[in-house]
Amino acid sequence: MIAASLLAGSERRAWPFLAIILTLGIAIPLLHLVLPPTSPLYVSSYIVALIGKYLCYALLALAVDLVWGYCGILSLGHGAFFALGGYAMGMYLMRQIGSRGVYGNAELPDFMVFLNWQELPWYWYGFDRFWFAALMVVVVPGTLAFLVGWFAFRSRVTGVYLSIITQAVTFALMLAFFRNDMGFGGNNGMTDFKDILGFNVQAGGTRAALFFASAAMLALGFLVAHAVVNSRLGKVLVAVRDAESRARFLGYRVENYKLFVFVLSACMAGIAGALYVPQVGIINPSEFAPANSIEVVIWVAVGGRGTLIGPAIGAVLVNFAKSYLTGAIPEAWLFALGGLFIAVTLFLPRGIVGTIAALPLRRRVIAKPIEPGAAATARAAE
Amino acid sequence: MYSIDPTLRALRVYIATLAVLFAVLVHSAGAGAAEIAPLINALAQGNFDDREKAIENLAATGDAGVAPVLEALDGGNLYLRKTDGSVWIVRKEGDSLTLVDPRSGAAAGAAGADEIEKIKVNNRLRRAIDAALGSLTLLSGDVATRLNAAQAVFKSRDPTKIAAIEKAIAAEPDAGVKIAMEQARAAALLTSDASDDIKLASITIITARGDREALELLQSLADRSTGPVQTAALAGAHSIASELAAWDAAQNVWYGLSLGSVLLLAAIGLAITFGVMGVINMAHGEMVMLGAYTTYAVQNAIRAAAPAIFDYSLLIALPSAFLVAGAIGMLIERGIIRWLYGRPLETLLATWGLSLILQQTVRSLFGPSNREVDAPGWMSGAFDVGHLTITYNRLWIIVFALLVFALLTIVLRKTSFGLHMRAVTQNRAMAGAMGIRTPWINALTFGLGSGIAGIAGVALSQIDNVSPNLGQGYIIDSFMVVVFGGVGNLWGTLVGATALGIVNKLLEPYAGAVLGKIIVLVLIILFIQKRPRGLFALKGRSVEA
Repeated sequence: MIAASLLAGSERRAWPFLAIILTLGIAIPLLHLVLPPTSPLYVSSYIVALIGKYLCYALLALAVDLVWGYCGILSLGHGAFFALGGYAMGMYLMRQIGSRGVYGNAELPDFMVFLNWQELPWYWYGFDRFWFAALMVVVVPGTLAFLVGWFAFRSRVTGVYLSIITQAVTFALMLAFFRNDMGFGGNNGMTDFKDILGFNVQAGGTRAALFFASAAMLALGFLVAHAVVNSRLGKVLVAVRDAESRARFLGYRVENYKLFVFVLSACMAGIAGALYVPQVGIINPSEFAPANSIEVVIWVAVGGRGTLIGPAIGAVLVNFAKSYLTGAIPEAWLFALGGLFIAVTLFLPRGIVGTIAALPLRRRVIAKPIEPGAAATARAAE
Repeated sequence: MYSIDPTLRALRVYIATLAVLFAVLVHSAGAGAAEIAPLINALAQGNFDDREKAIENLAATGDAGVAPVLEALDGGNLYLRKTDGSVWIVRKEGDSLTLVDPRSGAAAGAAGADEIEKIKVNNRLRRAIDAALGSLTLLSGDVATRLNAAQAVFKSRDPTKIAAIEKAIAAEPDAGVKIAMEQARAAALLTSDASDDIKLASITIITARGDREALELLQSLADRSTGPVQTAALAGAHSIASELAAWDAAQNVWYGLSLGSVLLLAAIGLAITFGVMGVINMAHGEMVMLGAYTTYAVQNAIRAAAPAIFDYSLLIALPSAFLVAGAIGMLIERGIIRWLYGRPLETLLATWGLSLILQQTVRSLFGPSNREVDAPGWMSGAFDVGHLTITYNRLWIIVFALLVFALLTIVLRKTSFGLHMRAVTQNRAMAGAMGIRTPWINALTFGLGSGIAGIAGVALSQIDNVSPNLGQGYIIDSFMVVVFGGVGNLWGTLVGATALGIVNKLLEPYAGAVLGKIIVLVLIILFIQKRPRGLFALKGRSVEA
């Protein structure tokens, strides 16, 4: 019953949200390309890249919300899937540089020439083709999520144990990618990209196209998530979140449901990372830092977990505040972020969207989002 | 022609006689000095061949007093005074040059830069100087100098030193130095063309030395010799190699124990807050960091107010760090965590936010750079056990970690506070019904865990950089220790920390530090699949609570 009213709540806002995303996705590139720079409505390439970045973050937040808000799996390692998707795209972009690198080696990326590598490692094969890289953007994070999830969910590792394991996974990957002999550029990661699909990544048209692609993927991710949570499967997911043992006793293979949503979410995170990299122009191992993954969780918490539009709103709001504060008063950002973590968990457990949805005046039938306390009590009562 | 005044002639003879007399007097007064002085002056004469000869002549005097002259020559501080051809050590202070008598070391006034000329040395002369210094210092009055000289001869394996070192062995009063000298002689003999019997005896002496240098020497000997000498050298090298391998393993285990003690210190507070109370405290690392900064503050205060008791600064820092971190821990529990009991994921997020705030606070107060925390005298230095080098600070940290562990076990098992604590964690409602003030116990327990993290910070300040990020490096490792060891069990934490430390250090030589760490993380993740509740799982009803 909780789930039904919750989904009804998100359904109401689904179409306006999609419309806003797509309008944004078309309007901003147009304003950037068509208007002359002197026009007051002109959007600079910096702003295009910035908002494009926010859209990627929004997709990542949506992915985290799908596992955390709907299935109760608090993943502190989604940054790893995001970064893996980003690395897959980065490898494609590195191969596109070809002989235009500093060392002019058509076959090897600069950092490999620098490290005296003689030939391309086997895991770089195929990344000179876009379709292969695009496939890997989904396959690599998906496979990792499948492995981690398969091990963890089968042995019923839940709650904070799972959170710590996911955090350890991304930490281990960070250490691994920092190593030069991994063949992913070590410390410096990959940068100095030239073009994507034959178009210059710096060009206004490419930026506009990437922006539109980000908006479109966010909309697609939203639709997929919407379809999942509104299906029978989605109801089981919510049941697992609220009372895992009860769902299992009712005959559902809980681990399979969890595994499905975890892998789906990882694939979405990978796509977000792949769109992020060409827009910011760099990918390096610090994307794997556990702190990044936890930051994603706070976007979801601020926006409202268990709602589909909340995470996107949270991601944009928090990152806008971050961009503003780190520029204006750098010391204040960590205070603000830390305070946000505490304030949201203590005073706004449903997030912005969840709280608005719960306002009693809106409708006779009150959309009642998740009650974290109630869920915990249910769990404890088992 | 002109005639000389007879009186004047008489005066001349008189003066000449006086001069001869005076010369004789001076000569007899400073017999050694006069023998050596021309040798020193010869350093400035002739070509490099002549100078090398002069260095060897100086070394042959066996007088330790010429060592400073040779050192000055090596360091480019030995000058020739152009006016009289005498040689001086020159001390430079700013622009002024002071002449120093090479024999007595007494200052003899200033000199202009154009009056003197530096005595040049080339690499061949430097080698000659080193060799000369080596044999000179073999007879020095200082034990450490003689030992160093013996080691230098051992390294150079120079057969020309055999005579000097035999003389030194005969005169050596210290047994340890004598052994080092005998090893040096053996090394020199092995490079000489001595008979096989002498070489075999030398190999025995070198094998007994048993370190890496001995191994290297025997290996190179085996490469260039034949017959029984080669066989003996190979056998000796083999026995040293296998012994060294055992010592290496022991050294790694020691490093592992040391790392384990650090992990234990960092994790043991977490074993209380997470293991006993079930509260995920992501700000635990920051409690450690606060403890380290308390140490820094206490040391600064002591340095300013009472430098005499600086050696006890850590003893004063321990209770201070416990109180600071413990008090902040209780504030956190009262202010934030008590509203979140039963919601572990929210607790995790809130305490993470708190850790960011604490880090930034410390960064704003103390600055982002590393702070210097000094080691008191009794914690610095090292000693050798066989081929193990054991530093005092690591040893003390192991002892300290075990002490903290023992103390905490006693508090939990034997005190009424510990009893109440265990009662509350096992069954909160029933404990409350029996009259235990459960909120108070919660606050105290969290304060205890945080306080212990604080004193861990005092210990870690001795071996790690004291920076605002200090705690972050330990948080994941600490959670791994607690999860691996089993929640709610201090013994699990002890075993988990030690095991992780040793496995980490044993993997390091084969896999490298980073890969070793990754392997350990993956192993833990796989281990948790097998035993989701850790090594020492709680059994019975409390498991599912």
